[in-house]
Amino acid sequence: MTDAVLLEALRWMLMSRAYDERATAMQRQGLYGVFSPALGQEASVVGSSMALDPSRDWIVPQYRELMAVVRHGYPLDRLAAIGMGRGSTASRIPEGVNVLPTQVALAAQLPHATGLAWGLKLQKKDAVVMTYVGDGGSSEGDFHEALNLAGVQRAPVVFFLQNNQWAISTPRRIQTATSSFASRAAGYGFPGVEVDGNDVLAVYEVACDAVKLARSGGGPTLIESVTYRMSFHNTTDNPSLYEDPKERDEAGRRDPIDRVVKFLRRKGLWDEAIASQTQAGVREEIDGAFARAAGFPAVSAEDLFEHVYEELPHQLRRQQDDLSRSGGQT
Amino acid sequence: MTQRNVLEAINDALDGEMERDPRVMVLGLDVGKLGGVFRATTGLLQKHGAERVVDTPLAEASIVGASLGLAISGMVPVAEIQFLGFTAQAFHQIGPQLARYRMRSRGTYHCQVTIRAPFGGGISSPEFHSDAVEAQFVQSPGIKVVMPSNPYDAKGLLIEAIRDPDPVIYCEPDRLYRLGRTEVPDGPYTVPFGRAAVVREGGDVTLVAWSAAVELCLRAADQLAQEGIAATVVDLRTLVPFDVETVVKAVARTGRCVVVHEAPLSAGFGAEVVAMLAREAFYDLDAPVERVGSYDVPYPPAPLEGWYLPSVQRVVAAAHRTVRL
Repeated sequence: MTDAVLLEALRWMLMSRAYDERATAMQRQGLYGVFSPALGQEASVVGSSMALDPSRDWIVPQYRELMAVVRHGYPLDRLAAIGMGRGSTASRIPEGVNVLPTQVALAAQLPHATGLAWGLKLQKKDAVVMTYVGDGGSSEGDFHEALNLAGVQRAPVVFFLQNNQWAISTPRRIQTATSSFASRAAGYGFPGVEVDGNDVLAVYEVACDAVKLARSGGGPTLIESVTYRMSFHNTTDNPSLYEDPKERDEAGRRDPIDRVVKFLRRKGLWDEAIASQTQAGVREEIDGAFARAAGFPAVSAEDLFEHVYEELPHQLRRQQDDLSRSGGQT
Repeated sequence: MTQRNVLEAINDALDGEMERDPRVMVLGLDVGKLGGVFRATTGLLQKHGAERVVDTPLAEASIVGASLGLAISGMVPVAEIQFLGFTAQAFHQIGPQLARYRMRSRGTYHCQVTIRAPFGGGISSPEFHSDAVEAQFVQSPGIKVVMPSNPYDAKGLLIEAIRDPDPVIYCEPDRLYRLGRTEVPDGPYTVPFGRAAVVREGGDVTLVAWSAAVELCLRAADQLAQEGIAATVVDLRTLVPFDVETVVKAVARTGRCVVVHEAPLSAGFGAEVVAMLAREAFYDLDAPVERVGSYDVPYPPAPLEGWYLPSVQRVVAAAHRTVRL
């Protein structure tokens, strides 16, 4: 990673944390829906996505990688608008942005990523798919089926598993008896790599290797990025009921942002002036995105029937008529 | 025109669409060299190659989930699930994923995916091979549910399904696969979704059915005719879209109706037909609408299926109940 790329990575990591803070604060005021921060996982999210070329590669996300999809071209204001309940047009992904919608049914996105990569390969497109899953999602049957099929088809896909130690309140040690998620790759006939997920340089390097392998026809890689969820699962969660605070404190000492800052400082590439200038830029970008988000159209009753089918079946047209006759009453 | 049975009509539709559109591919268990357990895909591998006719690992969820991804990449997958009962292993990828992807992405992506799956009883299959679970998909907004009952429709509805930009579950009546050959045009043609067919006309009672139950109703109508009761038989062809108009018109003429399906009775699609008639045809009804379905018990071992499945006798008895009122 060159210094310039590392500085760019740090900026994305700061963006991720600033977005988390803003969205969480707004959720507490009733201005944003349920939200899952990426706090503590910024190196994982940013380092992996920076290995991709947004003009040809694809991201198939789960939901805790917002800055990965933003870096890939998904406009930040649209994400903010969806969070603010203005998703009727904001949820549309702009043309040319190679990102699939976020996935809440965990691991269900993995077979989609395999199929997408397989199809791109069949059409001889020079494209790699990166898909995200967590330690919890890895227990789903879809995880097994998707990796198995990807191996058989040698699909150009990178499975990026963020092991953040928690599936809501379920700790990693009772998620699986294996000591390594990466070792599962052996069962699918492709490489598995474990990486310090709080080290953005290391994450970037293994992600670049995996993307290169996929691009050259070498098939999939499973990356286990070992990190820590330094926040709640989402804004409905209360980790004090199950998490040992010592564990959180210890994770805080491995904060991925602090580590990059320390590294850059030692290289003479970071000081108070650069920090405040960067933070001001990040704040401005977040402010701008949320201001534009508020301007997205509010949802309307008609949204219910739009985009269910290309053409509404008869029985749905009748239901739509019932709704319009009610004059928009709920 | 060539005489074809249902299986040959399906094979012909797949072959023709693969020839017409290089994006169309077939994937599933044993669809390649074997040509499928019923041989519906016979010859396709040899003709269209291993990249487009793909034997997949034995894993239904990834057959469907990968088809979704393939569709977004620009392919047009036709996935075979070996038996409809096995869609249980893939249901989370059908209802919550495939069917909802257009909505979830607010129209950014759509899934031009056809899932073919044989089903139905009367052929002494092992457990899970016969289950008629079509109504589960009706409860999954975003997917269309197609139930062909004869060779002509089998070809035309399958071509329509493959060309439809939205996902389609196409349920094949395995009992009828080789039951008989009828005239099927050689070139491509489509049968539009949402148009029920009146396959027999009679003024006394309307029998509404789909898939293999249509054949059953035609036999029941023959028997009723011997007693002087003239039956109309309506083949819904598709459950989503549901052709309300044709059913209402037929029932308005006869004033009596029996709905017949292989699925368990309670909350089967027949209940939807009856509820619709109660609203749309209330003043035309001369008797309560009868339903004949399978019993609300798990699909039994083959030696018991004769008692379980709707029979000509049960359909005739239900028709008697409506006509004699």
